[in-house]
Amino acid sequence: MPAIYALYVINKSGGLIYNKEFVVMASNNLNDTLRLASIWHSLHAIAAQLSPAPGCTGIELLQADTFDLHCFQTLTGTKMLMVVEPNTPDVDILLKDTIYDLYCDFVLKNPFYEVEMPIRCELFDLNLFQTINNVHRRWGLIH
Amino acid sequence: MVRQLIADLEDVNEVNKQLDTMGYNIGIRLIDEFLAKSKTGKCIDFRDTADKIAKVGFKMFLNTSAAVANWNSESTECSLILEDNPLTDFVELPENYSGLIYCNVLCGVIRGALEMVNITVSCSFVKDVLRGDDVSELRLKLLSQMHETYPYRDDD
Repeated sequence: MPAIYALYVINKSGGLIYNKEFVVMASNNLNDTLRLASIWHSLHAIAAQLSPAPGCTGIELLQADTFDLHCFQTLTGTKMLMVVEPNTPDVDILLKDTIYDLYCDFVLKNPFYEVEMPIRCELFDLNLFQTINNVHRRWGLIH
Repeated sequence: MVRQLIADLEDVNEVNKQLDTMGYNIGIRLIDEFLAKSKTGKCIDFRDTADKIAKVGFKMFLNTSAAVANWNSESTECSLILEDNPLTDFVELPENYSGLIYCNVLCGVIRGALEMVNITVSCSFVKDVLRGDDVSELRLKLLSQMHETYPYRDDD
């Protein structure tokens, strides 16, 4: 059953600027999340250098037994991570098109938002929830 | 907006500078929208970059397109020629403000946006319709281009 668990946004210096969980997840406090975000940032950078494939831009997908982690890095260096149920389809497209668009429209265009700082934008939250709900509805998770 | 700046700052050069700074701040946010909506990938070289600004960028944000011309031999400098600039519609410059670069905000936007994708450029107006030229011409000059900011490549 495909499902979206959580969304994280990491700024270009490796700081977590947004985290939102859409299901109840194992108790994970904010400090741990922040630490994990910066570890991911470093791993991503190391992977890009170690990769034997030319033109590698970093880890795009991490598959574990209980979840898939999709990572999309914009050309400006912001990373968007999405934790989903294993084998959930089209997450990369969702991140690249829908979530990135929402980020532009409701975060960057918010005059009170300072770039690289934590995202606290009501409209972004609202629209994100709507999008995720729509996706879940499409998959028949909620009615 | 420009009028307000003139009233606030009084000096034309200060106004030009302020317009550029405002543009820069717009540019660093605008670039993400450009990348998200245009679905463009990495540019191959600076020529490609200039083409995309002129054809896709101007189309998207100003609903006009620019021509790229006058490349120098090293492909590091070019001109963007705007034949139709919606920012200058219904605008006339009074004589005493002839030093004012009314659309300097555009230069800032381009500079800010490109800086976010690791291309440092300088950008300035060389011709301006409002100052009696037949077209508006932006001169774009590539200063440096880093392929990656992080991790820094120490071997090259």
